Amino acid sequence: MTLLLAPFHYPFMQRACIAALAVGMLCSAMGTYVVLRRLAFIGDGIAHASFAGIVIAYMRGANYYLGAAIVAVLTALGIGFVHRRGRISMDTSIGVLFTGAFALGVFLMSRQSNYAVDLQSFLFGDILAVQTNDLIIIVGLALFVVVALAVLYRGLLYTTFDPVVAEAGGISSGAYEYALLVLVALTVIIGLQSVGIVLVAALLVTPAAAAYQLTKRFAPMFALSTLFGAISSLGGLYLSYYARGSSGATIVLFTTVLFFVALAIKSVRQSAARRTIHVSPPALSK
Amino acid sequence: MTSAVHARDLVVRYDDFVALDGVSFDVGFGEALGVVGPNGSGKSTLLKAIAGLIPRSGGELLVLGVEPRHVTGGSIAYVPQVESVDWSFPATVWDVVAMGRFPRLPFWTLFGAQDRAAVEHALDVVKMRGLSRRPIAELSGGQQQRVFVARALAQEPKLLLLDEPTTGVDAATEKALCDVVRELVHGGLPVIMATHDLESVSRWFDRLMVLDRQVLAIGEPREVAESGVYASIRESLHTHGHMRVDHEPHESHTTHPEIRL
Repeated sequence: MTLLLAPFHYPFMQRACIAALAVGMLCSAMGTYVVLRRLAFIGDGIAHASFAGIVIAYMRGANYYLGAAIVAVLTALGIGFVHRRGRISMDTSIGVLFTGAFALGVFLMSRQSNYAVDLQSFLFGDILAVQTNDLIIIVGLALFVVVALAVLYRGLLYTTFDPVVAEAGGISSGAYEYALLVLVALTVIIGLQSVGIVLVAALLVTPAAAAYQLTKRFAPMFALSTLFGAISSLGGLYLSYYARGSSGATIVLFTTVLFFVALAIKSVRQSAARRTIHVSPPALSK
Repeated sequence: MTSAVHARDLVVRYDDFVALDGVSFDVGFGEALGVVGPNGSGKSTLLKAIAGLIPRSGGELLVLGVEPRHVTGGSIAYVPQVESVDWSFPATVWDVVAMGRFPRLPFWTLFGAQDRAAVEHALDVVKMRGLSRRPIAELSGGQQQRVFVARALAQEPKLLLLDEPTTGVDAATEKALCDVVRELVHGGLPVIMATHDLESVSRWFDRLMVLDRQVLAIGEPREVAESGVYASIRESLHTHGHMRVDHEPHESHTTHPEIRL
């Protein structure tokens, strides 16, 4: 037992655990909306866009998080605006804006005479390097997003399923879309340090996709996705300690395996249901 | 306020395409107006303009006495065509009908006994109570249609807009829906419904409008039926009718043009 808990004796491991749990649960909770709105691309997009913010913050000696957060939120709002004004699909809008912002980041970095080594950690993440200050920001932002999700729950659910009818009823689907984009942007920023901007997209999509295989209602999907996110981050972090591999990559591999397990469970269930001859009384289906 | 919906010379444009070109009519409380017309005649556009989903480009449009966008939340219930949503969404029949209550529920309020009662009543009315726990992915087309109507009923609206709710519905369900709507109209609810079913218009509606971007005729269903306009629309529906089902399930140029790359 002591041996199993050995990794958690180190303070950096304890901090990493809290960060991983917060990031994993938050990303996968948001992921429920991301997957149901078919925005799988958004995490990747905003994560790349935030690179410009990191470079600008680096150049000005400002806080990386702040720079990344500002650019991420602006990009998110821009994506919503271009989608609505340009009447182009959300995916196209994401494609236009994230490549532009990412290119700006690369351009600015290429003009720096001294190559910025520590920018690498933001690309690939290093959860073991999380400091107490980072932890406060992560947990603070996570709490904000959780409260926002609770407040916006009904409107987000309705506008995700049927934005047109929700709008006719007086629930502004545009406002909820912008709110969701901003929340995704903040979530991506929170995930930035732990799993890195390259892999944050996975936590926004895979746990929710796994949950979707196993349930047919929204609330259980939301809960299950959040649980999968928590299991993946803690499990991945724990395994990475023994496997001596990158923690971010291990977390993502863990959630990918979870997805295929969920898919297998669904397939087994379905073929079992097919074998049982299903006769429902005709009166019920009327 | 004498009429629930008041339109004078209403114009709706999508970029260069004029979908509605000077439409005038009134719908009173406790009145059901049917809207018939060929494909792309602007039936869906008219409903969406009234629901405040698309802006007017000209003329006057008052809904419940105010501009469509200023109508109090929860007042307008809109029943779209069933293809408008993704039915693989993780929700049960109950979940979808319950959404009808959301416009009137601020975030800090719980989904209370009154809301549950409204949902149950709506499910009873469309005879879907027994299927309330069924995932919506497992419903037939007619059942999907009834779920949408139930959601609108659960909303307890002040104006009901329906876009071809009898498409793909069997005769018994069609009659049941008609009875539901007539009862609501009898209770004072204004109803506007787009339909392609010319056979049953006199059962459903107090008045009938023939629309083809402009109002070609409006009046009691029997009067409109006896005018030549009705026959020409019937002819056009007849010749284009099956094409619509096979190739054009949506009125493509009246919906929002969206470039998909």
